[in-house]
Amino acid sequence: MSATAAGRPIATTRSAAGMPTGRLAVWWVIASEIVIFGGLLGSYIMFRLSHDAFAQQAAHTNTLVGTINTFVLLTSSLAAVLGHKYAEEGNGPKAARQLYLTALGGLIFAGIKFLYEWPTEIHHGFTISSSPFWAFYYTACGIHAAHVIAGVTIMLFIAPAARKGQELQRVELIGIYWHFVDVVWIFLFPLLYIAK
Amino acid sequence: MTSPAHDSHDHGHGTGEHTHHPNYWQIWAILCVLLCISVAGPFLGIKIVTLITAFGIALVKAYLVAKNFMHINLAAKYVTYFIVTALVFMFLFFAGTAPDVMKPQGRNWTKPAWLDGSIHATMMGGEHGEEHGESAEPAAEHEEH
Repeated sequence: MSATAAGRPIATTRSAAGMPTGRLAVWWVIASEIVIFGGLLGSYIMFRLSHDAFAQQAAHTNTLVGTINTFVLLTSSLAAVLGHKYAEEGNGPKAARQLYLTALGGLIFAGIKFLYEWPTEIHHGFTISSSPFWAFYYTACGIHAAHVIAGVTIMLFIAPAARKGQELQRVELIGIYWHFVDVVWIFLFPLLYIAK
Repeated sequence: MTSPAHDSHDHGHGTGEHTHHPNYWQIWAILCVLLCISVAGPFLGIKIVTLITAFGIALVKAYLVAKNFMHINLAAKYVTYFIVTALVFMFLFFAGTAPDVMKPQGRNWTKPAWLDGSIHATMMGGEHGEEHGESAEPAAEHEEH
């Protein structure tokens, strides 16, 4: 990996593009993710608008569970941005604590989804091969949940260093990614749980 | 004098800039209220209200998160440009493929009847649902649980 004379990765120090390369990279990741999720959601909307059967199937999703998960993600986003604030103030321990809280939110979200919501749906016979609606449901929620798990993993990786006051810029970077994951869910929620 | 940690973070930002931090708790509270409204909207049973409370509010929530949590308005201008470009590509994809999926016919083409019927049967969850008049809902009696 390229490094500066001080031994720090270039991504954390160089600002040739008007911002640190690490932050620029996160925004590039988000731009590419928009196309991935956008294609998926766009396809869903096409089918949803042109086939009433989608609405009939959507009526079976659990709005309460979706609402709780939305609340959990919004709250974890609050923790992530507070972590950014503390990191900018140079308060590593507080920033790390907020990262752990954010990761906890992600784990609760994934736990609700994988340990309660999906098993319940599958128990009632709604599997990924039941119909196109459920194929979209499991694919979209599955890809989103994979992003949640990736975010949690990264946060648990960088929090110990942040606790020591090291590499605090990473707190902001993972925060930007986490808020994007939150934004994706903000659109998935009405599509899959509200518009019935 | 900056602490080592603070110094480290300034290096992280490269330019040493600091973000203006709004009242995050207030924004979180607004997001929660909007969530409640989006859930309550469909209970009125009016389609247009459901659409506005579900998707209109989703847009507002996404804007609040992008502006106040992601600080996109403070990022370099070109970040906004390439995010918008990605969104434009998303709409181009939608506009380019929607006619094939959503319309039964167009200029110089008609969707074959067998394809239309097949799609409908698949939507209902059965392999030959329409042809054999089968209801393919796995648990028709199972309402929202």
